[in-house]
Amino acid sequence: MSEHESDLQRELATPMPDPHGEVAHSEHPSPKAYIRVGLVLAGLTALEVAVSYSHEGARLITGALLVLMFLKFVLVVLWFMHLKFDSRRYSRFFVMGLAGSITLYAVVLMTLGVFGGK
Amino acid sequence: MADTTVPVKHTEHATTTGLPSSKLAMWLFLSSECMLFGALIATYVLYRGASVKGPYPVDVFDIPYTSVSTFVLLASSLSMVLALAAAQNRDIVRMRLWLLATAMLGLTFVGGQVYEFTSFYHEGLSLTTNLFGSSFYVLTGFHGAHVTLGILMLLSLVGMSMNDRLPDEQAFPVELVGLYWHFVDIVWIVIFVVVYLVPAGEAASKVGK
Repeated sequence: MSEHESDLQRELATPMPDPHGEVAHSEHPSPKAYIRVGLVLAGLTALEVAVSYSHEGARLITGALLVLMFLKFVLVVLWFMHLKFDSRRYSRFFVMGLAGSITLYAVVLMTLGVFGGK
Repeated sequence: MADTTVPVKHTEHATTTGLPSSKLAMWLFLSSECMLFGALIATYVLYRGASVKGPYPVDVFDIPYTSVSTFVLLASSLSMVLALAAAQNRDIVRMRLWLLATAMLGLTFVGGQVYEFTSFYHEGLSLTTNLFGSSFYVLTGFHGAHVTLGILMLLSLVGMSMNDRLPDEQAFPVELVGLYWHFVDIVWIVIFVVVYLVPAGEAASKVGK
């Protein structure tokens, strides 16, 4: 094998640098990391249920529930759906749909006076 | 993170985006599903408290029961990623077992939903009873249909794997089905809070006053 051919093979075996962090290959967590995330999710769910039984003000309970829901949502999307490790383009597609739907329906609900407080 | 990650390689053809088209398509599909479930959740929120006759949410909901169902669905998400990890390690037997476990947990969830719907119906809440009934059954029914479709996809994966009809790189199809499964899980995370826990919390708050 000539020196030129071996240089070429080395070059092909080396991943191309990606200035935008948009790589197609990824590193996924190990099973232990998944189990840890699963335990955190179970703990957050238990906390949600406990909060729903508390006798605090309705607004405080609803706010706490929404925060816990958001945390669980983000944990599943980042770790179980691997957006934390995958190309950012997947994140952009998903966030596009998610943000689009939240914006659209929030505007619809505001227009219909749902958040107005009767 | 060096000790908690394993390198993953996907077999993929060259694409203009540099990303596997099937995975990109799955993310686009999930993005569109956000619009569907967004509409159903917004409809439920819009009609919340607008029913002029019962039964109302606090009359029929059994929070401990639904909490167990929620834990079951969360456990299925964990077993799904463990199936993916096994597939990435080329541990095919373990991958099939975790896929079957995920399907069984999904079936348990759907079975629980069928039982819940039946008990609500016997308590007088049908699809046409009031606005709550209509928006509740449509939202949770659509979610249940998605879970059922996910179970069929999981069982298909197991069947294809056993018949050697999966490509050599078995992890990629498992990852795609996993994305769908986890999406169904995150939709339930929202439904569980918005539909079940917020009304329960409001009722508990009134009792405390």
